[in-house]
Amino acid sequence: MTTSNDALVRFIDVQKTFDGETLVVRNLNLDVADGEFLTLLGPSGSGKTTTLLMLAGFETVTHGDILLAGKSLKSTPPHRRNIGMVFQNYALFPHMTVEENLAFPLESRQAGKAEIARKVGRALEMVQLTGFEKRRPGQLSGGQQQRVAVARALVYEPRLVLMDEPLGALDRQLRENMQYELKHIHESVGVTIVYVTHDQGEALTMSNRIAVFNDGAIQQLASPSALYEEPENAFVAQFIGENNRLTGVVKSVNGSECMVAIDGGGEVAAAAINIGGTGSRTTLSLRPESVRIDPPADGYPDRFEARIEEILYMGDHVRVRVDVCGHDDFIVKVPRSREAPALAVGQTRTIGWHPGDCRALDVA
Amino acid sequence: MATASPPNGGADANGATTPSAATTPSAADANGVFTVDGVPLKIKLRRAERWARLRAIGLIVPLFLFLMVSFVLPIFTMLWRSVENPEIGLVLPRTAARMQAWDGRGFPPNETLAVVVEEFVAAAGDRTIGKAAKRLNYHVAGYRSLTMKTARRLERAAKQQGMEALLAGPDLIERFKGIDARWGERRFWTILKQASPPHTAFYLLQSVDRDFDEDENVVKVGEHRAIHVDILGRTVFISVNVTILCLLLGYPIAYLLATLPTRQSNVLILLLLLPFWTSLLVRTTAWLVLLQNEGLVNDLAITVGFWDDPVQLVRNRLGVYVAMVHILLPFMVLPMFSVMKGIDPYHLRAAASLGANPLRAFLRVYLPQTIPGVGAGVLLVFILSLGYYITPALVGGPRDQMLSYFIAFHANTTVNWGMAAALSLVLMCCVAVFFAMYQRLVGVGNVKLG
Repeated sequence: MTTSNDALVRFIDVQKTFDGETLVVRNLNLDVADGEFLTLLGPSGSGKTTTLLMLAGFETVTHGDILLAGKSLKSTPPHRRNIGMVFQNYALFPHMTVEENLAFPLESRQAGKAEIARKVGRALEMVQLTGFEKRRPGQLSGGQQQRVAVARALVYEPRLVLMDEPLGALDRQLRENMQYELKHIHESVGVTIVYVTHDQGEALTMSNRIAVFNDGAIQQLASPSALYEEPENAFVAQFIGENNRLTGVVKSVNGSECMVAIDGGGEVAAAAINIGGTGSRTTLSLRPESVRIDPPADGYPDRFEARIEEILYMGDHVRVRVDVCGHDDFIVKVPRSREAPALAVGQTRTIGWHPGDCRALDVA
Repeated sequence: MATASPPNGGADANGATTPSAATTPSAADANGVFTVDGVPLKIKLRRAERWARLRAIGLIVPLFLFLMVSFVLPIFTMLWRSVENPEIGLVLPRTAARMQAWDGRGFPPNETLAVVVEEFVAAAGDRTIGKAAKRLNYHVAGYRSLTMKTARRLERAAKQQGMEALLAGPDLIERFKGIDARWGERRFWTILKQASPPHTAFYLLQSVDRDFDEDENVVKVGEHRAIHVDILGRTVFISVNVTILCLLLGYPIAYLLATLPTRQSNVLILLLLLPFWTSLLVRTTAWLVLLQNEGLVNDLAITVGFWDDPVQLVRNRLGVYVAMVHILLPFMVLPMFSVMKGIDPYHLRAAASLGANPLRAFLRVYLPQTIPGVGAGVLLVFILSLGYYITPALVGGPRDQMLSYFIAFHANTTVNWGMAAALSLVLMCCVAVFFAMYQRLVGVGNVKLG
């Protein structure tokens, strides 16, 4: 976690309600470090966009305060906050050329003509759109519009740029390209970016840290790898990446390990992450790629007989759906290779995993 | 070393382009592309699309014919009346021919006057002279009575003396002068000459306060008769003001409608359209009732103490503006509303996030995007108000009547179709001129009606 000293943005006890009955954002405390790429990730209705809009000044804060560079934003209207913003549908001004769109924020700040021309040129260069100055947004492809929107949010060199699902309208290939481009721009410009998305792949690729939102609260705030490999609760485990869930009851806890009796029968050793005491219910989280079919004898104490229900060929790997311990939606990922075991639907095979990969979490 | 490499590179580039350059002509060379069965592709395309095209035309034809018969044709026959001039030719055919041949100097020669006498007598006999008299009266007030009187006297003289004797004298002009001294003025004869041809520019000239003098020069008409240019100016002036008022009142309404949640905006749109369900006449007379001296507005204002004596609110320009703006406001609001509805609400947010204060965001981002709607509204309201007739006629005073009122006046009251048609043409030209100006300024391609 960052210390408060180098935090560019601080949310302090922020609460937000629209109707006075339900909280859309509950007691949010979040520090955004200077120069960081922070992603707010969550399903729709989780409060992530509301958080972003409060920071931008388009929604009022019901309770608490937001500090930007140590100063409260409460009485600052959006146009004085000096925060860049990229909208989901780009919100480029259709009646202005690309050049005029980029000049707009600079003119609002009474910049000189020469300065405007210089900065606009540089911003277009940054997003590789030099030569498109005289085009109108309607004459650009989705990806180009996206880049203009990014350039427009950066051209006046704000310290903080907010992005609200900016890649949502692009097709997959373009979205992946733009992810790299945004990441590179972030690294070369050094601007702080707060990014909202519901696409976990996007979040994992670009972010320094990810705040997973659900139900108006941050479920986990961590680096992408920590989030994927060490989810702290069942929601995060389920939301980020693919996940097998097995429910059961904690039999015994031994330091960082515990024994869990699975509802469908059988007992496994698992890493005790987020559980109550002995006898409490738990959800076991297990990544499909951590499960082996016909595991070697040592290192895989958790072993079960599983019946193969379905095999899906995915190119680089094979997804195998198996019925184990009464769960017939258990997925195993088998990388495609010459050594891959020959599989057929209806077979009963042994599957196993390392106890460290099986995380005992709360009951979601 | 460094100089050796460019030629190399150039040769490489040439080598790379040659094959593609060689293939292009052969493809383009086939002057027509053919389908598998050897029919040129263009012909095949036309055949394949023929049925769809015929069907499209077939769907349009009924409306096209209907428009031609019920709209275009009547308008053109109506406008044609502004140059038609059949009266003299019908009633006094030989006179008309003779008068056209006359050079207009001095008085008409004796033979011509003899024809005039004969035809006046004949026309007085079968009572058709009135038609010609009325036509002549358009030029100079009093010409009708002069014609009628002359024809009656000549008829009586012909009965008493016989036609031979009537035509006997060497100077028939003296006989005319004897009946009425005005025949001694040359202009009464030149007017008869000008009224004789089957087509005339007289009505068109009149509609812009011009007339021919005795020597067929175009001159301004006398001040007491010069009203049409004033009326045209007044019509344009009122229309411009009504349009401006509608725009100023309508823009905020349209903005409100476009930004409110759909359920509330639907109710407001209903209220806006409600007047459309009432007859125009009813709405106008309602204003008359409200604004009259003993009306609701005056009573209320006196009771509250705004003023002590009834203020003239209607039968003047104020009444015209109030009623016309009320009636035309929906035409301004609806196109603006539909355009505003299409503007991304995020644009204003984006403008704010880019540092523009609300005023700047409105002026630079919102307003320019509403121009197509504003253009449509302005065009609609302006053109509609140019032709307004009933409303000013009911709630306006005598000095607030617009051009259409006079068209109706000529068509209904004086039955001067020529004048009505000429004024209509002036109004149409006026609309066309403004439309052209508008096209230059805004561009009709920029207009969005919905």
